[in-house]
Amino acid sequence: MSETNGFEPKIVAYVCNWCTYLGADLAGTNRLEYPPNVRIIRLPCTGRIDFNLVIKAFEMGADAVLVSGCHPGDCHYTAGNYHARRRWILFRELLDTLGIDMNRIHFAWISAAEGKKFQETITEITEKTRALGPYEAYRQLCEASS
Amino acid sequence: MDQVTEAAKGFPGVRCVANYKYICSDPGQAIIRERIEAEKLEGVVVASCSPHMHLKTFRAAAEAAGLNPYLVEMANIREQCSWVHHDKEKATAKAIELIRLSVAKVLRNRPLDAIRVPLTKRVLIVGGGVAGIQAALDVANAGFAVVLVERDPSIGGKMAGLSETFPTLDCSQCILTPRMVEVGQHPNITLHTYSEVEAVDGFVGNFEVTVRKKARFVDMDKCTGCGDCWTKCPSKKTPSEFDYGLANRTAIYVPFPQAVPARPVIDKDACIKLTKDKCGVCQKLCQPDAINFDDQDQLVTEEVGAVIVATGYQLYSIGQDQDEAFLSGYGEYGYGRYKDVINGLQFERIVSASGPTNGEIQRPSDAAEPKTVVFLSCVGSRDNAKGLSYCSKICCMYTAKHAMLYKHKVHDGEAHVFYMDIRAGGKNYEEFVRRAIEQDGAIYHRGRVSKITQENGKLIVRGADTLAGKPVTVEADLVVLASAIRPAAGVLELARKLKLGYDAFGFLSESHPKLRPVETNTAGVFVCGACQAPKDIPEAVAQASAAASKVLIMFSQSELTRDPEVANVNELTCAACYACLRSCPYGAIEEAEIRDRKGNLIKHTARVNPGLCMGCGTCVAVCPSKSVDLEGFSEQQIYEMVKNLV
Repeated sequence: MSETNGFEPKIVAYVCNWCTYLGADLAGTNRLEYPPNVRIIRLPCTGRIDFNLVIKAFEMGADAVLVSGCHPGDCHYTAGNYHARRRWILFRELLDTLGIDMNRIHFAWISAAEGKKFQETITEITEKTRALGPYEAYRQLCEASS
Repeated sequence: MDQVTEAAKGFPGVRCVANYKYICSDPGQAIIRERIEAEKLEGVVVASCSPHMHLKTFRAAAEAAGLNPYLVEMANIREQCSWVHHDKEKATAKAIELIRLSVAKVLRNRPLDAIRVPLTKRVLIVGGGVAGIQAALDVANAGFAVVLVERDPSIGGKMAGLSETFPTLDCSQCILTPRMVEVGQHPNITLHTYSEVEAVDGFVGNFEVTVRKKARFVDMDKCTGCGDCWTKCPSKKTPSEFDYGLANRTAIYVPFPQAVPARPVIDKDACIKLTKDKCGVCQKLCQPDAINFDDQDQLVTEEVGAVIVATGYQLYSIGQDQDEAFLSGYGEYGYGRYKDVINGLQFERIVSASGPTNGEIQRPSDAAEPKTVVFLSCVGSRDNAKGLSYCSKICCMYTAKHAMLYKHKVHDGEAHVFYMDIRAGGKNYEEFVRRAIEQDGAIYHRGRVSKITQENGKLIVRGADTLAGKPVTVEADLVVLASAIRPAAGVLELARKLKLGYDAFGFLSESHPKLRPVETNTAGVFVCGACQAPKDIPEAVAQASAAASKVLIMFSQSELTRDPEVANVNELTCAACYACLRSCPYGAIEEAEIRDRKGNLIKHTARVNPGLCMGCGTCVAVCPSKSVDLEGFSEQQIYEMVKNLV
């Protein structure tokens, strides 16, 4: 988008090894193109994803974060995604209260069969974040507090 | 690639960079091995395809060169980069970034050794129906010890009570009882009948199972099975479980003549001696002095390395009383109120040559030969309104068989079948149903029955024929309901003891519906037969053999090795809040105590059992003091990646 002066958002995706990571692989196998702004960090399960990781990503310069794993009921480890979902519900309120821009945190269920959905999700997040602009507000906050 | 190679050379910690077109091929792997040895590398990053494709390959290559395999990481620059980004410049920049992240991670990797778990080469099989029998014989014939636990006094399960089996109409007992005898006599099989699994401890390879052997009041070693006791027992009014209440049995009884073990058991609720302290006839008559009225339940501990669950099914109770709130029963069919409305298993006993009528077709109320019989399929199955949405799978077939067997015995009788759809998928199954209709003249009505009432000694069956578009009323002498199949009573308690998953209806969950059909999410526990889903005999037997072969694969190893990418607790910082213990889906975390040499308690801590941990890392995220970490995806590794993100 020209009006954003060539701003390329940096997006971090924390994904589980068994569903979303394979969904991203499938997008590759099917050659489904999406913007190259995303960095995938592979974890065994969304249950492993500590919300400190989300905060840390913003601190390190991410403009948006995606947490994605198996659909409810499909977790490779039976229930890890339920833990992630519960944690998300709790932390969403907390992060919102702390003043973190909730438009920059995304949560999705993407299965190993949903290469198309992975492509769409990444494209949508990239465009949304591009429109929002760089997440300078958080970095300024970090600097102010340090 | 040259640009990427050049960039990678500059990353901190990088000793050398090699570029090869097919790094997974033999020459490619040779490059990795050669560089590890020549440069004495302490870590390797392979930038190529997805780790799901070749991480194992490259880890094996590293191991061959003497490097710990867990010091190898991959950067996915194909599926997640070059294949999805068409802008070459941006894709190249991203590939460089991805490699940088993986290098940052691998610098924090630790060498890990495969976890070795000792293995007890003995299997526990829960349930002695046809599935349990098949699994037991398969494992025992391969030379390994089997402990078979059966709740009833005899093995044989539901199949022992069937008359003839579809689609061949061979006699059920004729094919099953020889196998039952084989189980009873097999030197590798320890049989605990009239017993239940009380508790399960331990983990894959090392289960400790407590079996409750219910008081039998008959000494199995002394008893010869002569039958003097049960022929003379004066308490004869207990409905026979084996005949589903169509006949009575004595208080001391063998469930059926071909029982294995062929030893009686005393029903303590029916025995006059045990309830009123009178009688004792059996004890007086018993030559070998095998009757012991002081017998108590015994707890036996069995050590096994694997468990096969084969607990089978029960029928949907079609009367008013239900054990689950979501089931409503079929009061309108009058089961329990009208003696001549029976279920499919009861009809099996009526047509069976070993049944209470010796195979003569007689209805329960007055022993008259029924001239019109109505068979209802899908009673409970595929009926959301009554609580069960699934198809019970075998009813179409056994209903056709029932109609056929009835017509073979009562040539001038009428067999009506009400059905929703006929599901006859299976070898020779469709042909079988056609035979029932075309050769034996069973009358099939496509439609359901709304109500059954009794008038002048006849059962008035009111239903619909949706193909003709008309209501149908049949005046029947006997009605047979093909009741839905439900998991056996008590299976949920067993599932909790074994930490197994189950669906909304109580059927046990397999690990993967297609590719791991007999494994469960608890390592070392397998399922087969109708406890997993409704199925017929050939399917149950095939699944039982599959479960047995999985056990034998396990037993072919001298010890078990497991992936070391599991959680571990820093016991020095652990505050013993046990949030991890509650969040663990595998029950792999236990409460532990740290004591000094004198045995004084220093502190409590959580501890991970590496034999059970599957490495999901849920505990890591819930730990408030960051005392749990996950090997392979440790806090250090992940944060190092995040720090290098931008």
